[in-house]
Amino acid sequence: MIWDFGFSISDFLEFRILFKRTINGLTTAWKGLSLTIKHLFTSNSKREIVSVTDDNYFKKQNDTNTIQYPHQELPVPEVGRYQLDVEIDDCIVCDLCAKICPVDCIDIESIKATEVIGQTSDGSKKMLYAAKFDIDMAKCMYCGLCTIVCPTECIVMTNQYDRTVFELKDLTYEFSDMSPEDAAEKRILLEKQQAEKQAAKLAAMKAKEGGA
Amino acid sequence: MNFYVTYFIIAAGLFAFVGAFTLFGVYAERKISAFIQNRLGPTETGKFGSLQTLADIVKLLQKELIIPAAADKVLFLMAPGIIFIAVYLGFAALPWAPGLVPSHINIGLYYIFAIISIETLGILMAGWGSNNKYSILGAMRSAAQIISYEIPAGFAIISAVMIAQTLNLQDIAMQQGILSAEKTKFLGLWDVSATGGILAWNVFQAPHLLIAFVIYFIASLAESNRAPFDIPEAESELVAGFHTEFTGPQFALVFLAEYSMMFLVSMVGVVLFLGAWNTPLPNIGSVTLATWTTGTIWGIIWILIKTMSLVGVQMWIRWTLPRLRVDQLMNLCWKVLTPLAFACMLISGVWRLWVM
Repeated sequence: MIWDFGFSISDFLEFRILFKRTINGLTTAWKGLSLTIKHLFTSNSKREIVSVTDDNYFKKQNDTNTIQYPHQELPVPEVGRYQLDVEIDDCIVCDLCAKICPVDCIDIESIKATEVIGQTSDGSKKMLYAAKFDIDMAKCMYCGLCTIVCPTECIVMTNQYDRTVFELKDLTYEFSDMSPEDAAEKRILLEKQQAEKQAAKLAAMKAKEGGA
Repeated sequence: MNFYVTYFIIAAGLFAFVGAFTLFGVYAERKISAFIQNRLGPTETGKFGSLQTLADIVKLLQKELIIPAAADKVLFLMAPGIIFIAVYLGFAALPWAPGLVPSHINIGLYYIFAIISIETLGILMAGWGSNNKYSILGAMRSAAQIISYEIPAGFAIISAVMIAQTLNLQDIAMQQGILSAEKTKFLGLWDVSATGGILAWNVFQAPHLLIAFVIYFIASLAESNRAPFDIPEAESELVAGFHTEFTGPQFALVFLAEYSMMFLVSMVGVVLFLGAWNTPLPNIGSVTLATWTTGTIWGIIWILIKTMSLVGVQMWIRWTLPRLRVDQLMNLCWKVLTPLAFACMLISGVWRLWVM
């Protein structure tokens, strides 16, 4: 053809589409850039710490989001369910918590007492010594089942959540207040009593057999 | 023999500046990214975390230099050095103030663009020498990207050179202020030889250079492997691209090269388009602001402010825009930037012939 410049209508349209795309790219890029520059200049102060119960809590997300943890802490409710604590004076050493624990993090060793050793604050009789009452906080999964089954409510969850330690064994909390010597003494007492009982039983059986 | 001492002092001074800028640049980058994302960035080391990067470099330099068993030892060891030296040599021709330029050569601009092209070689050596899939992919992408983007960058530069009629960066700088020997005209109409200031900058002497500047700036982002053109490093796909295998001092050298490259391309942009070391303040009647704020110290201050702002914009863009795909990258380069840069060059010729 005579009038062929090597440039057709479709080429021209393609060029227009390209031009449109370029403009679109630049304007959308500018939209993003203006958004980020706004953030660059609004949020360089310390985060203001408010409780999650505060009405403004979610509005704070538009400012600095970082909580500088050891210096700042989010308030937790007083009834928070974090680390376990045992009031050993109220414990009747029933072992229910150790039995229900899904991860077996509670380790209790009991010694039968030779007599009633006291009362818990809710009036239950204490007839067992807790020679060992260890909770391995590194294993605990914070399910709270132990606090539910406890008949005297001596094992509770507290609002303490930060126990950073250097040794893993430091995460095994020991709640028993008995010294090893005490425990050994009680064991001997128990053995003596059991031996006496056994002897009495044998004597009774012999007397019964003799009588028959 | 005395001049050799001077050479070494200048070289050491430039190296010290590059090192100091990298420390500052990494700190600024971390702070800017943090504020953009509503975080705080480094806060613990020094006041406002200002000693964080110093601590980082001390740590990096103490680290073990690990060479992968399958790596090509020669290439692997040489690569970071070549990458850094290529960029570092570029600083030789950059003017800092009237009469203050490390090397006054009449093909300064040509020299800079020749010498920083060697960086690609270093990146390819790093990628190939590491003997790692990710590294070689990153290096190939980097080579393809830098070679492509040198074309629009080159044409944008040529359009400025056609206005200036010289490749000597100090002369180009001189023409954009009150010290100019030739007449400077704002938008080609109003004689501002005595007024100077922002009106005499290249982008305002010939307005189409504003487009050329934007093209150059976009291309320079690609040449320094910065987001949104950071596909050679692309941490989400290629681990860290060509510098995946580098540790300790070698990694530090690659980082040094990246940040000095950012400064270098920004400074070239400032010299060519934004008035180099010239003051933005014009002479107004008897209030001769431009004359007062021109000099060696002022020159260094102005060029640092301008260059740092451009580096700031690079960081701002990095933390805003997502990475381009390879095909989008090539589309942008060949279908948008190259034709536009051609048009700018054409207008430059017409401008030179009929307006100036």
